[in-house]
Amino acid sequence: MHPVRKKRLVTISAILVIIGAAVGLMLYALQQNINLFYSPSQVAEGEAPNNVMLRVGGMVVDGSVKRDPKSLAVQFQVTDFAHKVTIEYKGILPDLFREGQGIVAQGKLNQDKVLIAQEVLAKHDEKYMPPEITEALENAKKKED
Amino acid sequence: MLPEIGHFALILSLFFALALSFVPILGYIKKHKVLMAYSTPLTHVTSLLVLFSFIILSYSFAVDDFSVLYVSQHSNSLLPFVFKLSAVWGGHEGSLLLWVLILCGWSSAVAYKGKTLPEDIRALVLATLGIVTTGFLAFLLFTSSPFVRLLPDMPAEGADLNPLLQDVGLIIHPPMLYMGYVGFSVAFAFAIAALISGNLNSSWARWARPWTSVSWAFLTLGIGLGSWWAYYELGWGGWWFWDPVENASFMPWLAGTALIHSLAVTEKRGVFKSWTVLLAIFTFSLSLLGTFLVRSGVLTSVHAFAADPTRGVFILVLLFLFVGGSLLLYAMRAADVKSDVSFGITGREAGLLINNIVLVTLTLTVLLGTLFPLLFDALDMGKVSVGAPYFNSVFSPIALVLMLVMAIGPLLKWNRTKLDILIKQLIFPCILACVLTGITLIWQKFEWITLVSLFVAYWVLLLTLIDWASKLGNVGSSWWQRAKKLPRNYYGMLIAHLGMAVSLIGILFVSVQSQEEMVRMAPNDSVTLSGYEFVFNGVSQVQGPNYVADRANISIFKDGQQVASLAPEKRVYQARTQMMTEASIDAGLFRDLYLSLGEQLEGDTWGLRVHVKPFVRWIWLGGILMMIGGFLSAMDKRYRKVAGATI
Repeated sequence: MHPVRKKRLVTISAILVIIGAAVGLMLYALQQNINLFYSPSQVAEGEAPNNVMLRVGGMVVDGSVKRDPKSLAVQFQVTDFAHKVTIEYKGILPDLFREGQGIVAQGKLNQDKVLIAQEVLAKHDEKYMPPEITEALENAKKKED
Repeated sequence: MLPEIGHFALILSLFFALALSFVPILGYIKKHKVLMAYSTPLTHVTSLLVLFSFIILSYSFAVDDFSVLYVSQHSNSLLPFVFKLSAVWGGHEGSLLLWVLILCGWSSAVAYKGKTLPEDIRALVLATLGIVTTGFLAFLLFTSSPFVRLLPDMPAEGADLNPLLQDVGLIIHPPMLYMGYVGFSVAFAFAIAALISGNLNSSWARWARPWTSVSWAFLTLGIGLGSWWAYYELGWGGWWFWDPVENASFMPWLAGTALIHSLAVTEKRGVFKSWTVLLAIFTFSLSLLGTFLVRSGVLTSVHAFAADPTRGVFILVLLFLFVGGSLLLYAMRAADVKSDVSFGITGREAGLLINNIVLVTLTLTVLLGTLFPLLFDALDMGKVSVGAPYFNSVFSPIALVLMLVMAIGPLLKWNRTKLDILIKQLIFPCILACVLTGITLIWQKFEWITLVSLFVAYWVLLLTLIDWASKLGNVGSSWWQRAKKLPRNYYGMLIAHLGMAVSLIGILFVSVQSQEEMVRMAPNDSVTLSGYEFVFNGVSQVQGPNYVADRANISIFKDGQQVASLAPEKRVYQARTQMMTEASIDAGLFRDLYLSLGEQLEGDTWGLRVHVKPFVRWIWLGGILMMIGGFLSAMDKRYRKVAGATI
């Protein structure tokens, strides 16, 4: 092979190897760190795995918020109006958290399908509804009809 | 009547922008000097019209004209005056108008400063900017006019500005961010002009360089402000969330950083020419992508205003036209470009090449993480979110490589460096950095990756300072005169690199040593964190101009001495009855004490979030240094003579 071409071939393959490695690493890291969203119905139907970091979202059920009198622990339920999921969280809830409000919680499901949340998210605008929740609500409605 | 005039001015400006997109190019094709010379006045007229309609919108806000839909949605008569003005860009339509206004500002600045440019280049650059302006003006007018009226049923009162946006940081954050984002359009326009004219020698790099540095400096400031705002306003005590919209501004910043460096090589050595052109296109495309991500509402985010599908589609089409068109042009013309100099693997060129590869990799890392949820959803595989752990685990090690290159790079000589001299230069700072790291280690425990990063940060600091000292240290005139003689460009680099190191130190300390606790507090309860004792004195009610607040009072003691008294608030804004947390911070160079109030649990018992954040200010201090560096390097004397003299 012509020496110039050979040099070029080596350079290009080196670059390809590096890019391949980088993309591989990124995808690996992605696989470890993406959190799938499940609706309460999906959780109730057993689609959501236990002990895996995931997100559950829905409307906070009226009258479901129970606080522990000694700590910041709080328990509440979210619903897509077909099924409910119980969520346990320890910490300060966001400003826009209230009953009847759409929220998303991130955490792991335990044996009893209770979500032990590490993070509870409510968005910064009271009119705003996370699109996942809107879709989950619509899906639940369709099933009922 | 006034809003209609504003609307009309905007429509008129669209026509002028349209003319600006065609007339100079026609002149270029026909080699018609007069037609080409139209580029300057057309640019100025377009800008003036947009400015005029922007002023009218601001005036409508100032006088509470709630018959304008946009005003009624984003303002309120109780709103303090400054916030009424900043509410102009508090929503989608107004912030887009600001976007266009700033684009026009840049175009006019180019038209004004570009008198020394060759006629044809100036015509092409301004026409390219005109095309971008046309696209966005059309977007504004067809999908999101801020002048739509609510007549005859005009509301007596406006819906108010989102309380989160009622803040000084947010008055200047969007304009600064846009100055940066949009400023990259200038480098883009120069790249396109160079491609069309086939005039791809190093002079285009010299013209584009100061513009790029200035935009980059603004973008740095904008991102820094955003991070600072999120820190004190969102009440979580975080300074970066890898939120899609943060990423949207961070990607152009990374690509822009790469661009600044490759422009330097292209200007000084005439290599990487076609790569630099591609990078300029890439950087501005990322700015456009960022605008698309934020404005279309496809991503769930703090910043997503209203999601309107027609807007999303419109801007997606714009994105494809601009990016597709410029890449097509690139594909047609770039083959003609040949770099005329070769370089050795020990030269500064090679260092900058690695810089570029790493920065582009970083950009792609962020891009992948940001777009992945969209991709996943589009393939109907479910809804996902990509968490901060992805970004932290992939981004950090690659960024560390970048920092290493940054330490050594500036010491390299163009073309080739004598390795034995280089090693001599590196060893002393290396030992000193090891000692410094050791000293820090006595003070606090770290994981090894943090230790390595800390070492690198110290090393960068030392090498940068020593490099400066070595340029002053020779015999002859006094060091002060020597210091003054060094080019501003060099100081720009020096300060920006120092800024990176300072930010890195801040990031490392904050990430590793922050203490955070969420506690339940009744009056006279106390909690101790990092040696600080926080005593809760209870909560009282306070009335603000347009809100009512529960204000907690907390005294903070260290070694029995009171060091601070903080008053975090929970506000309820009356217009929207929206609740908001107002954090209270005792700021210091070496640590911040950060308190934010949670909800009322029962009676006088409240939830309280307590943070002790060491070195957090360094993150933004570094950002400020980088910004200064960017401005300094743009002010280099070389660019004042810019001139077509080299052509």
